[in-house]
This record gives sequence, structure tokens and C-alpha cells, in this order.
Amino acid sequence: MPFQIKENPQQYDVCIVGSGAGGGMAAYILTQAGLKVCVIEAGPWYDPAKNVTQLKWPWESPRRGAGTSFRPFGDFDAAYGGWELEGEPYTHVPGTQFDWFRSRMLGGRTNHWGRISLRFGPKDFKGKSHDGLGEDWPIGYEDVSPYYDKVDDLIGVFGSKEGIYNEPDGKFLPPPKPRLHELFIKKSATGLGVPVIPSRLSILTKKINDDRGACFYCSQCNRGCTVYGDFSSSSCLIKPATKTNNLDVIVNAMAREVLTDASGKATGVSYIANDDLQEYRIKAKVVVLAASACESARLLLNSKSQAHPNGLANSSNVVGKYLHDSTGSALGGILPQLFGRKRYNEDGVGGMHVYSPWWLDNKKLDFPRGYHIEYWGGMGMPGYGFGFGIQHLNGRYPDRNGQQKAGGGYGASLKDDYRYFWGASVGMAGRGEAVARETNYCEIDPNGVVDKYGIPVLRFNYQWSDYEIKQAKHMQETFQEIMHKMGAVITWGKAGAETNYGLEAPGRIIHEVGTTRMGNDPKKSVVNKFNQAHDCKNLFVVDGGPFVSQADKNPTWTILALSWRASDYIIEQFKQQNV
Amino acid sequence: MKRRDSLKALALTAISSGTLLQSCEPKQTAAPSSDAKAGISSIDRHPFELARDQKLLTEKFFDDHEMNTIKVLIDIIIPKDEASGSATDAGVHDFIEFIVKDMPRHQLPLRGGLKWLDNQCLKNHNNVFINCSSSQQLALVDAIAYPEKAAPEMKQGVAFFNLLRDLTATGFFTSEIGLKDLGYAGNKPNRWDGVPQDVLEQYGLSYDERTLKESVKWDDEG
Repeated sequence: MPFQIKENPQQYDVCIVGSGAGGGMAAYILTQAGLKVCVIEAGPWYDPAKNVTQLKWPWESPRRGAGTSFRPFGDFDAAYGGWELEGEPYTHVPGTQFDWFRSRMLGGRTNHWGRISLRFGPKDFKGKSHDGLGEDWPIGYEDVSPYYDKVDDLIGVFGSKEGIYNEPDGKFLPPPKPRLHELFIKKSATGLGVPVIPSRLSILTKKINDDRGACFYCSQCNRGCTVYGDFSSSSCLIKPATKTNNLDVIVNAMAREVLTDASGKATGVSYIANDDLQEYRIKAKVVVLAASACESARLLLNSKSQAHPNGLANSSNVVGKYLHDSTGSALGGILPQLFGRKRYNEDGVGGMHVYSPWWLDNKKLDFPRGYHIEYWGGMGMPGYGFGFGIQHLNGRYPDRNGQQKAGGGYGASLKDDYRYFWGASVGMAGRGEAVARETNYCEIDPNGVVDKYGIPVLRFNYQWSDYEIKQAKHMQETFQEIMHKMGAVITWGKAGAETNYGLEAPGRIIHEVGTTRMGNDPKKSVVNKFNQAHDCKNLFVVDGGPFVSQADKNPTWTILALSWRASDYIIEQFKQQNV
Repeated sequence: MKRRDSLKALALTAISSGTLLQSCEPKQTAAPSSDAKAGISSIDRHPFELARDQKLLTEKFFDDHEMNTIKVLIDIIIPKDEASGSATDAGVHDFIEFIVKDMPRHQLPLRGGLKWLDNQCLKNHNNVFINCSSSQQLALVDAIAYPEKAAPEMKQGVAFFNLLRDLTATGFFTSEIGLKDLGYAGNKPNRWDGVPQDVLEQYGLSYDERTLKESVKWDDEG
């Protein structure tokens, strides 16, 4: 077979790389405006109404829902991919750690996330002004707020109006009532001064349009929703965008390089098709990168040309730098008062019904920036791991008949212990803000490692600092107080200085951002305040890369808002014939 | 789509996937690479996932003697009682056969543990475990089933039994028999309207007025 580059004859207005939150939103807005758009997606097509794992029983998985390398969050999880992909390695500077989660599929990682949809607050855009660390964003809450409103209306999010300055209220659907363990948490945490309020999740507790059904409380958002009752980019953005007839989606297409002309302007994207490993080219007047923070940085660094010898949009040498993920630490245990509890269906929505926003003043603490707390527990569907370690439980508490036994055992009495102790678990995890630093970065591997497509891979260099470690220590202390106050017993996760207080490895929280940060100074930033590359006016980045700082919020809602804002700006440029 | 229609559609998809919202078929330049109905699994799988599961299902790890020993042990761990059947009734032995092939880290601890068990029985009773009397079997299980009481020379048996007990419990309570026994009441379309009143009273809890006022309520349209 002759090898030749196959050029698609169609000239698109916009080519978008990636179909997750950022790419999906750009595709939706740009096609609504009448622009001809091509989305290229590295993985296969996915539609939760057809690719169904929802409402299946544990025995329908031969491994009873345990994770595999392909579905690390469990056999029923919607998201394909993980921290390791076959044939797509990444490397590390020795002694450093970063775990890179990739989901190659339509909708990307929006198929997996917890639907936690928090707005950044006014302080979150101006970190440096508050504590002198990192950098301020070139925009503030007032710039993004109208777009958060639009995202709320378009996609739907439930929550409650609380009037907390740095936790801006949205246009909320009504929240579900707390579950039993959440009432215990609320009572004890509130007593310690830790606020507990309804969670803010992009799940439809009320129907918002005729394309999507309302939530029916199966607690399985992570499996993808057959009635589109929650947000994923595939079902809520890409699918409606296809109805405009202005969108082509090319799946199984791994972007290799952004193409530029002699003047340095972007002319399109080349990609390697997964099916035949041939190179194809898409021509477009504007290129929008939304491949995920690290993947977009990789693409830019791999797009070297005479006009862009240091990689595209990288005259500042900032591409790949300031990489930062959320901090995370967790612990959990049991609520003995729930032993032998009455059975009823408490599945609820997919995730927590209450959470704790950051509540303290860092001026009185030994670390900068805050964290929020996520909670879980109760009578969830049993899966692989059910009943593990019973010997640590049934030797510590009397059984249903008041009999104190030795831990472990067998037989009818053990069988009843599993029933008796079920549904009493409770857990909590912090998700905090790390300070973005130039010294935490990804770069093209200098030793020449390539992936199965022949594309040079990333090498990571990431280390936590004392700030993040002290924040994790504070999480641990808070969690232990809450557990103690409600009479719970900690059975896992308690961590001390020797493990950095359970601080998860960078990348594990899957909130990595910052690699193409925005700013007004082209020497210190990659894109401007409209996500437009300083060095290449018809190139935009709309994933988490442009984040200057992460805040203690999940990034998705801000990615959606900024992608919408950037898309409006792109439409304006087309109107003014600037592209 | 109205809520009850969406529930109806959902019920359909539960038995035959791919019936919902077919009118919104998007433009695609490549076919989806998975087919929920192909092969052994009722859950949506990629072809290579199906192929791997199929391969694991046709391989045999435990020999007949090992499997017979496992069957005796798991029914000692979870026997039939007035509420439900035993571990073998629930097919836990098949689950264990599959899971050691899926998670090879369990292979040596289980195979070696089974051999350790037979070694003990041969030494003390000149018989392998399954040929020992029921009282001899239970005496050995008693010696390894309680980690804190077990003699130091029984440590290997304790480690083996802990693992087998874990896998038995998971296999049983994730089976249809076990899930029913446990009383798990979810995995079905419903409306979550809070903790039942009698349960709230049992724990001396209540929803505050604001929560009752602001939380989701339902009318005819959902």
C-alpha cells in the first residue's frame, strides 16, 4: 500500500481537537452560529443510550464490577482509559511523580467525572493578590459569571443558594434531600464549624428540555445515563451539535501536529487514524485545541516549524509549565449506630447529596489556599471488594445477638455479620488547591521516546511542596474530628507525616490544569484572556490548559464557561473577518 | 420526553439496548467499535474486552482436586441457612475460578494455600483435606479462621483463609442469591424523597424546614 498523506478536500471554518468539556462546548456554540466545524477525537464514538452499563447487576460483570486496566474505576464505568494506555507511554524525571489519566472516547473524561459543578469565586481568579503566590488571572469572576449562568441554563445543575462570597450561587435546580449518613455528617461537622450544604452536581432533578430525561436516582452517573439525565459532553453537547448539520466528528483520530503556513498561521491539523495508522489532514481557518491540558501542550510542543521553532505558541517557553493537579487525601470508617439498619433504596443521585465548601481564613493557617470535602457512605450496590477484611470488624463489635466473637470466623454466624455490618460505612475526601509553579511541568521526552503512532511522548516533572503537604495534614485533622464527633470509627486512610498525610500522587485527582496558561503578557503566558494564542491568532486552547490557578473547585464548569466565552470571541472574529 | 416516557424507554433499553432516541442519529465518519449485544456480556463491551473475558472463561486454572477443595471450604465459610443458599449455590466457586485468572496476583496465594492445607492434613491425618472427616476439617479451619487467636505456626493458613473468606463474601453477596439476602433495594428507577420517617425517628434525626422547603419535589410531570 502506498503511503501518502490523505488531505480532506473540505475547508472547515474550525477544527477542534478533542470532544470533552472544552471541545464539546466549542463545537456546540460554533455550530449553532453556523460555522462549519470538524471535531477530531482520539477514541471511539460513545453514546450512553446505546453503550449501556447502567442498571446492570453486579453478577453481569464476571469480575463483579472490579476495575481492569481498560476501566480502572470499575467494570461498569463509562470511561475507557486510565493512567496507563497500551502503546501510549509517558515518562518522568527521576524522583518525580505524575499519573496521567487519559480517556480516549467521545466526551472524554466527562463520561467519568463526579458531576461536581462548582463555580470559581472572585478570590479564585486573584490568588496572587490575596497571598502573593502564583499569578492572578487576567480576568475576574465578573467576566466569567455571565457564562456560568449560560452553562447552568443549558446543562442544568442542582444546588442551593447560600450567599457565600467565594462559592458563588448559580441558577440551580432543586437539590435532593440528604441520605442518612449525610445527616449524621451534617450534624457533627456543623457542630465543629465546618459548613455542610447541598452539593452542586450537573444532574437533572427537573427536566430542562425535551432531549434529556430527568434523574431517576440510580446513583450511577459514572456509568453514563441512558436518558441523558446528567451532563456528559457526548450526550449534551456533541449530540445536539450534530443536529445543526454543521458538524463532522472524526473518531479514532489521534492528533499529531497543528499545521502552520510560512507566516506562522495555523492552517489545520494532521492526525493518525487508529484504524489504518495513516496520516490525514484537516484544513481549517481556525484551530481550537481541547485535547486536555497535557495533551494540548504536547501537541503544541510537537508542532515545530520555521515560524515556531520552539513549538507552536511557545515563544514564551511557558507551554507545559505550571502544571498542577488538585490535592487529595481521604479516610473513612464505620458508623456503629448504623449496624443492623433498616433496608430501603437510598441510591439517590450519582454522588454526594451534601458537601463542605472551604470555610477557613488562610491568614490563620500555615498553608495557602483551601479545599472542599466530599462525602460518601451507606447502602450502595455491592461489588468486588464487598466484605473484605471482616476480621477487622466482627472481632471489634458484638454481633446482632450481642455476642462478642473473635475476629474472622466462618459459618452461619459470619454470614449474618456481613448483613449486620452492611450499610454502616462512611468516608470523606478533600480536594484542594495546589499552587501553580514553573518547576512542575511536562515536556517532550528528551530521550526520544515515541508512542505507537510515532508521536513523541511527554515527560513529567512534578513534586508537591510543603504547602500541599500541610494542606493534606489539615484535611486529615479535620476528617478525624468529624469522624470522632459523630461516633464513627476510622478503619482506613489515617495517615501521618511518613506518607505526607495521605496526599495523593499528582495526577490522581484528574484535575490537572495550567500547561498553556492565560495572561496579558506574551512573555509569561501562552494564550490571552480569550484563550487565543499570543503567537498565533487563529489558534485557541479551551481545555484546562489556560487555567492560571485551579482553585479548590472541580475544573469542568469553568472549562465549559471559558470555552463558551472563547467561542463567542471566535464567532466575533469571523464576523469582523479577522480570520 | 416526559419522565414516564423516559422511564418506559429505559425499561426497553434494559432488555434490548439501542432503542432510545434513535431519531437523533448523528453524522459519523466511523462506526462505533462496540456492540452491547455481541458475545458473553450483557454490559456494553469493546471487542477486545469481550475477547479477553472469553479467553479467561475458556482457560482452566484450578485442577479438579483444587476446585473440589475450594467448594468444601467456601460452603464452610458461607453455608445455607434459613435466609438463603450456600456459597456453591450462588456459584462462588465459578467466580473464584474467574477472578484468579483476571487478577493473577491471587493465583499463588490460593494455590499455595490449598497445598499448605493438604500438607497439614497429610501430616496429621494421612489424608488430603477433602478426604478428612468433617470434624477434622473444622478443627483445621478453627485453627486458621481467627487471626488473633491463631497459633504462630498457623500464620500461612490464616493468610490463605483471610483471602478465601474475602473472595467468598464478595462472590456471594454480589450474586443474585446474595444480593437478595442482603436486602439491597436499589438499582431501579425511583424517586429519592429522603430517609423514611420511621428511620429518621429511630435515630432522632429530622430534616430542617429549609431542607424540606428547598429540596426537590414532584408533580405529575416529574
